Amino acid sequence: MRSEGSPLLLKIAALACVAFLHVPLLLIFLYAFTTEEKSFQFPPPGYTTKWFGVVWERQDIWDAIGLSVKVAGIATVLALILGTCAAAAISRAKFFGRDHISLLFILPIALPGIVTGIALRSTFGIMDIPFSTWTIVLGHTTFCMVVVYNNVLARFRRTSGSMIEASMDLGADGFQTFRYVVLPQIASALLAGGMLAFALSFDEVIVTTFTAGQQSTLPIWMLNELIRPRQRPITNVVAIFVIAVTFIPILAAYYLTREGEHTAGAGK
Amino acid sequence: MATAVSFQKISRYFGPVRAVDDVTLDIAEGEFFAMLGPSGSGKTTCLRLIAGFEQPTSGHMEIFGVTSEGVPPYQRNVNTVFQDYALFPHMTVLDNVAYGLMVKGIDKPTRHRKALEALTLVALGSFGSRRPSQLSGGQRQRVALARALVNEPKVLLLDEPLGALDLKLREQMQVELKALQRNLGITFVFVTHDQGEALSMADRVAIFNDGRIVQVGSPEDIYERPNTKFVADFVGSSNVLSPAFSKAAGGPEKWASLRPEKIGILPARAKPSPGQQGASAKIIAAHYQGSVTRFNTRTANGEVINVTVPSSLGKFAEGDEIMLHWPKEALHIMAGEA
Ligand SMILES: Nc1ncnc2c1ncn2[C@@H]1O[C@H](COP(=O)(O)OP(=O)(O)OP(=O)(O)O)[C@@H](O)[C@H]1O
Ligand SMILES: [Mg+2]
Repeated sequence: MRSEGSPLLLKIAALACVAFLHVPLLLIFLYAFTTEEKSFQFPPPGYTTKWFGVVWERQDIWDAIGLSVKVAGIATVLALILGTCAAAAISRAKFFGRDHISLLFILPIALPGIVTGIALRSTFGIMDIPFSTWTIVLGHTTFCMVVVYNNVLARFRRTSGSMIEASMDLGADGFQTFRYVVLPQIASALLAGGMLAFALSFDEVIVTTFTAGQQSTLPIWMLNELIRPRQRPITNVVAIFVIAVTFIPILAAYYLTREGEHTAGAGK
Repeated sequence: MATAVSFQKISRYFGPVRAVDDVTLDIAEGEFFAMLGPSGSGKTTCLRLIAGFEQPTSGHMEIFGVTSEGVPPYQRNVNTVFQDYALFPHMTVLDNVAYGLMVKGIDKPTRHRKALEALTLVALGSFGSRRPSQLSGGQRQRVALARALVNEPKVLLLDEPLGALDLKLREQMQVELKALQRNLGITFVFVTHDQGEALSMADRVAIFNDGRIVQVGSPEDIYERPNTKFVADFVGSSNVLSPAFSKAAGGPEKWASLRPEKIGILPARAKPSPGQQGASAKIIAAHYQGSVTRFNTRTANGEVINVTVPSSLGKFAEGDEIMLHWPKEALHIMAGEA
């Protein structure tokens, strides 16, 4: 019934959309192998894999990758801890203004990154905090925390509050209750939230621009590199690497949360 | 007999809501104690006060003679069977039951053996390896019971444990719970809003209304001698008669109750024998119920009185003018105001 009802035009539009989204991705792959290094001409004059070797040799790329992984890793860990605590407080406790505070938590992801960036930069300026890896981490934690918070909060809403009381009733103190009852139930939400947070942090540009100072994370390095006319295909090689690093966790997170919902539904 | 739980002028307010209002109560050791009352009357809050999930706003509580102020739930020798059972979905049934022993640091073989014993006690010995989601409602209820009992609590709190079960299963579980309580000798505090359940299972019943206890007594006390109109109405089937009626019958001007089966029917204008009281009335409806027939009658003053008589005497029909009569002492004058 449905497909019968959707006219040809709609199908074409859908195809065009898919093409619009994915053809640029394909081009990135294509030009990672081109022999022409100054401009992207179509079709590429020849094909080579030498750019992979060039990337392998360049220390500035490894530095950028190292910084990005470090920042994303620390921001994710901080986000996991802070996001879980915030979600627990919001879902369990009843206090005045709870809903407003909940909104405040989600705001950083709704705000344009440029606002977050400027806000952080002026704060660091006012407080005389020098730019460092830690200022980047701080900037990233603001939006990473939101992702974790949302995931964990959704899971908390689904688990019954009386389970925590049951655990206390059976003699478990707060720590044991967290360890044996709460943690197993939010584990997959934490994993999914953590992976999303990592992926978000890994390719963040805007907030990073405002909080990085002289250092380059991988996305910033790529931006700078694109402006130069030399050895262009190496950015494509790095882009492929970025796609792999961010896409795999997002895909995994998607399947993990889906499965989590599935098992929670079966428990009813 | 020792006092298991003692409420001394306990109140618990939530802002302006007086969930529990100045309750004084002693629950004896080994007793099956039921808390009965309409929705929102404070029964669950009372249980949560005993379990330690709530702290009283004022008043003093003792559990087996020990002041319970400031004692957290996990240090009270009290366990709860929750209304929604609150089983842990990520653990097997056996691990659920063994949970209380695990957090106390008892080794695995011992706690699994004890958990299996508890499961056997509730006739679920072979279900240990399942997950809670693979059990029926009645089975989950019994797992929740086993999980509480394995800790050998001195007091077991049950918050409408049978509420989610269908009628047949509920009746079966009532019998099993009662037998279990007798055998184990544990104090049960049982919350329900089903009067039949409270009266048939409990040694004593407390009737709650608006956060207060309006009457405490044996099921017979509550049923035969309700002390307020509220109790008579709530506990069911008794006739509640106005103060004017009591006065006309020669008593004080107070609400009274009169059980339907204590009343007999005579033809109109017949005279009740000595020691009996009477009132003329008209039958407004007759319901044949097998061995008995139930008549709804109305007196000249508009008082509605239900009467149950053996069907073998059933020579009366709807619309008949009749004379109701009952032994003088059957008219129970209620002490309370409302
Ligand atoms: N945490 C709370 N915050 C505010 N009010 C509460 C809270 N817990 C209970 N109340 C209020 O206290 C009153 C008594 O509630 P309680 O749950 O004890 O009733 P109950 O007798 O168990 O009712 P039910 O038969 O419906 O379970 C109700 O008016 C309820 O709204
Ligand atoms: Mg309740």
